[in-house]
Amino acid sequence: MPIPSRLPAAAGVGFKPQHFADIIGGEQPIGFVEIHAENYMGAGGPPHAQLGALRERYALSVHGVGLSIGGAAALDAEHLARLKLLCDRYQPDSFSEHLAWSSHGEVFYNDLLPLPYTPETLARIVEHIDLVQTTLGREMLLENPSTYVTFVDSTFPETEFLAEIARRSGCGLLLDVNNVFVSAKNHGTDPTSYLAAFPMARVKEIHLGGHDEQTDDDGAPLLIDAHGSPVADPVWALYENAIARSGPLATLIEWDNNVPAWPVLAREARAASDILSRAAAAKAA
Amino acid sequence: MTAAFSAIQASFADALLDADRPVPGALTLQAAGAPRKRFAVYRNNVIVGLVEALRAQFPATEKIVGGEFFAAMARVYAVTQPPRSPILLHHGNGFPGFIEQFEPAAELPYLADVARLEIARTRAYHAADAPTLDPSRWEGLDPAALVGARVTLHPSLQILRSLYPVVTIWAMNAGDAEPSSIEDSGPEDALIVRPDLDVQVRRLPAGGAAFLHALAAGASLGDAATSAIADHPEFDLTANLAGLIGAGLATELHCTPTPKDIAP
Repeated sequence: MPIPSRLPAAAGVGFKPQHFADIIGGEQPIGFVEIHAENYMGAGGPPHAQLGALRERYALSVHGVGLSIGGAAALDAEHLARLKLLCDRYQPDSFSEHLAWSSHGEVFYNDLLPLPYTPETLARIVEHIDLVQTTLGREMLLENPSTYVTFVDSTFPETEFLAEIARRSGCGLLLDVNNVFVSAKNHGTDPTSYLAAFPMARVKEIHLGGHDEQTDDDGAPLLIDAHGSPVADPVWALYENAIARSGPLATLIEWDNNVPAWPVLAREARAASDILSRAAAAKAA
Repeated sequence: MTAAFSAIQASFADALLDADRPVPGALTLQAAGAPRKRFAVYRNNVIVGLVEALRAQFPATEKIVGGEFFAAMARVYAVTQPPRSPILLHHGNGFPGFIEQFEPAAELPYLADVARLEIARTRAYHAADAPTLDPSRWEGLDPAALVGARVTLHPSLQILRSLYPVVTIWAMNAGDAEPSSIEDSGPEDALIVRPDLDVQVRRLPAGGAAFLHALAAGASLGDAATSAIADHPEFDLTANLAGLIGAGLATELHCTPTPKDIAP
């Protein structure tokens, strides 16, 4: 029986080393931190010194960005072993990865790339998740992607695809509300309907982050999942609606590029925390 | 069974690194109205992500050639020798060799060694931790015991031998230092080590690199000194020992027991 994901229903932040002193130093509006697994695969040094100190004080989410779960090829056994080593060392409260691929052939593309949603890819992903959960001995959470293109071959809507993966593999889901908004705007669909169809009972963590607004060659909106700005107002609104339905859930602020000073990030975390408190109060009433 | 998906993924992957290839045909017509710019988001993410990762690992190399030159060079490297591992830091390992062959950088023959020094710093940063040897352990060793002693070097320790003044050039281009002219343009050997949390870069004295290489290979201090003198007649054992102890380069001292120690 894999260890279930058990992050607290609080706000958290994606950890950046430049914020270490602030996060460790005083009372902060966060209940957990999240790290990218691939940044902690060396043997020692400052990354592990900081992570060890953070682990003593906060709940921990390990978020992988390189396993290529959505790829056609078998998972990289060496990489999976490295993930196991990291999880065994820090005993995180959650491990998550993406509905995406990043490796093909011998090459690692360092991006979260899209895939068609078909019975074939569904079966492949369930196999991969089975292997991850068996190897790590933990439930994993699978995150919905932000996408810029869709595939002719797809036969499932994304929400149904994720629900079916979760049902067959027993994995949990990580709902990235910014990704929902970005994909919906890019494909001309309705983010509220997407969320209404999302299997919320499987969701164990939420991601919020900023996006960039561009236009494509036809002048249609093209949103980029850039993680370099505050969470946009419509994303906050979608988040509040989702939380009102599900009840409070661990909520992460992702800010990976143009990383701001700690008080700016803390303000975003506090905003999420306020929404969580309102949802908890409404539930109790 | 996975042939169809595998083929779609292959055409997508091939088009990511080669902008001359058409956008994959498996994408929907909805996106086909403007597929180039939409697919270009992925192309851009991949290339920019790889270039930024190299920029983060090679700041001194970038400072020497300038941001624009570095980005162009890193881009050619990323496209022609893309990463093979999800640990992106490993991608930098082939960069110095690439720089050596990169025609536009031929005027800067030392550039590859500066990049090698920066790789050594990355390795030292992520190397295993180990407490350095308490200096008091060296006290009271008689000369015979000292000559026969062996040491375990710190796991972060690395040596880079260069035909160029690599430490001086790196130091001038690391951090906010203002570049100045180099008075001595001779070869330099670099020592890169992280005894605690900060990575240190030092210029090794004459024969110091051969001395540390021999110690790393398990030679006794006496034998290592012999190798160092063979490498460079000006090798100074006392000064190098003081450096070994003072800089915290050793984690263990193994003394061969003398007959006196073994006697009951």
